[in-house]
Amino acid sequence: MKGMTIIVRKVTQFIAPIIFLFGLYIVFYGHLTPGGGFAGGVIMASAFILQILANGEILDKLRQEESGLEFLESGAILGFLIIAGLGLIISSSFVFFSNFINKGIVGKLLSAGMIPLENIIVGTEVCAAITTIFIALVVFKDEVAL
Amino acid sequence: MIPFILCLILFLIGLYGIITQKNLIKIIIGLAIMEYSVNLFLIMIGYIEGGTAPIFAEKFHLNNYVDPLPQAMILTAIVIGLATTALLLAMAIRLYRKYGTFDIRKINSLKG
Amino acid sequence: MNAWIPLYVVIPLASAFIMAILGRLVKNMGKVILLIELLFLTCLTLVFILNSKGTLSYNVGGFPDVGDIPIAIYMVMDGLTKLLLLIISAVGFITALFSISYTREYTAERKFYILFSLMIAGMNGMVISGDIFNIYVFLEIAAISSYILVAFGVEKHQLEASFKYQVLGCLASLLILLAIGFIYWGTGTLNIADISRQLPYSANFIKFVSLLFLVGFGLKAAIFPFHSWLPDAHSSAPSPISAMLSGVLIKAIGLYVIFRLFFNMFALNADIAMTILVLGTLSMIIGGLMAIGQWDMKRLLAYSSISQMGYVVMAVGIGMTIMVKDGSKTIAAFAFLGALLHLLNHSVFKSLLFLNAGAVEYSTGIRDMRKLGGLAEKMPITSKTSLIASLSISGIPPFNGFFSKLIIILAAVRAHYYWLAFLAVAVSVVTISYFMKFQKYIFYNKPGEYDNQIKEVPAPMSIAMVILALLCLMLSLMVIPSIRDQFIFPAVNVLIKNLQYSTAVLG
Repeated sequence: MKGMTIIVRKVTQFIAPIIFLFGLYIVFYGHLTPGGGFAGGVIMASAFILQILANGEILDKLRQEESGLEFLESGAILGFLIIAGLGLIISSSFVFFSNFINKGIVGKLLSAGMIPLENIIVGTEVCAAITTIFIALVVFKDEVAL
Repeated sequence: MIPFILCLILFLIGLYGIITQKNLIKIIIGLAIMEYSVNLFLIMIGYIEGGTAPIFAEKFHLNNYVDPLPQAMILTAIVIGLATTALLLAMAIRLYRKYGTFDIRKINSLKG
Repeated sequence: MNAWIPLYVVIPLASAFIMAILGRLVKNMGKVILLIELLFLTCLTLVFILNSKGTLSYNVGGFPDVGDIPIAIYMVMDGLTKLLLLIISAVGFITALFSISYTREYTAERKFYILFSLMIAGMNGMVISGDIFNIYVFLEIAAISSYILVAFGVEKHQLEASFKYQVLGCLASLLILLAIGFIYWGTGTLNIADISRQLPYSANFIKFVSLLFLVGFGLKAAIFPFHSWLPDAHSSAPSPISAMLSGVLIKAIGLYVIFRLFFNMFALNADIAMTILVLGTLSMIIGGLMAIGQWDMKRLLAYSSISQMGYVVMAVGIGMTIMVKDGSKTIAAFAFLGALLHLLNHSVFKSLLFLNAGAVEYSTGIRDMRKLGGLAEKMPITSKTSLIASLSISGIPPFNGFFSKLIIILAAVRAHYYWLAFLAVAVSVVTISYFMKFQKYIFYNKPGEYDNQIKEVPAPMSIAMVILALLCLMLSLMVIPSIRDQFIFPAVNVLIKNLQYSTAVLG
């Protein structure tokens, strides 16, 4: 895939980190404000997608990225399952998805027990998944054109 | 009542698209429109005239907030919709590679 | 025992992603993990069936009920669930054993097992969930993985069948989601047990929502007017997947939910009962008649699936109409016994037949019955096991199909539906005729022209087929009262005592 003009590339360089940071904010404040893992993950993925669109990529490199992202994605889901399954082991009454960490004060960043952790994992997973989907479609399209 | 009727119309537009269109991509767009109409319907179920966001904060009144459960349901439905749409598009690209067309009248190796 | 219930979802889901990570480091890791996982689940289900009586419920997250309103997501394990879980994990195990050598030809072999495991997770979650929205979520997990698995070989016809299946499947899912929205609007809850207590007694509302559910899950279960995707999808898929789709998936994501919703959630309704009876009868007849004319062996089997599912739906319809009219409970129980026994038997012999077709295709590379023939001597194990399965599905004693069909026909007679009994016998004769065609053209006709030397399939495939053939014989034992009471009767009880579900779950 070919990249775009120098103007687009330069602007992307400035904007993409800010978009990524905004996504991170949405993920980390997921238990306090609207948003959360999924919304933040999509925003984070859009930063990567913007980079790929603006700069263009070499197909072989994209394929490498795809397999790396697949690894991250599976890892994130496994992490989520481990957090959910910890409840089965740790809590005394075998509760799946039990929120056994201290819940803190309502409205503070470090509160709500497991939920911020789960949000972060969901954010990673969604970011990886959406980028994978995008890359897969790009690779497919280029294969068709050949 | 009017939003619900509009929602129904949106649903029917999507259904019309699936039934009449001959292009794979347009069929997928029809499905997406139907999905949005269902999501819209779900979010209207929980809506309250003049209600606040269901966030547990200082100005929170117990009897005046929109129902958060349909919102959670829609979020899940959107994620699922994303997966199905992406899969449908991937299939459409693959089909294009095999048949060289998006026209469903020409994609007919299965019969009987 | 309760703490083991979430494992039905956790284990397949976790092993799918462990396969995704470890599978690239160690070759054939996926196969080992999948087999261990399914064997464990089968054993766990057997333990559940033999040890626990009554309904077990488990709330995820440990949130207690507020007053008598359930807050947590419920997982419910009762007789019907246990029967379905046994079918899913046992047939899944045998099919996975078959796929070990079948999938060698695929380049992305690793992903096959990941998707297989995800499909198992979806079906298990669906069967075990006591919450209508979670049923939708797990339905989509199972359905999306099955869409991909149908197109796994990436050939022309597979992609086309998968696309057709996906469009209709998405339509069905949207109708189900819409119906869930209406249910939530009417009752303000998503828990099936709670909904059944709170449904408003407006007959029109309930009829409208029931219709949406019936169309949605009817599309998934391929009941008659909604069956058009099934022959394409089930015949194009790789053979182990065809066996899973026909043997397990349409039951777990289609029929099971129809039973659960129309018995335990909605109050029984004369119109819906009549609709189910008529649709079941029609799909029984039309599936059977369409199967006769097919020359593609897997397509014949797929149409036969529609017909055999018609038997199950018809028997359930008979029981429903009796219960609506406050007729004799014993006759209704007899009809349900027939239906569930046929459900269990069909999952065994239909998956065996698809595996046989897969074995023939594996050896010869041909699916058209006119070009095959004379394989009985060259592939003795495939030939003998498929003979057993054909006899079984046609209802020849002493195989299992005979007993379940007999019970269905007797139930129709005892309920005074003489014409239904006649139709069931007639379709059974049709079934014999098209399976005679299946046997004659593949195994006994004059030998076809093959490019290469025909050999018997590798050991794992033969072992899988032999196990299923033995199960065809052994499941006849299900009519012995003590075994029947252990395995089938708890499931029949769920359908007969339909109003006790909510008290059993919520206490």
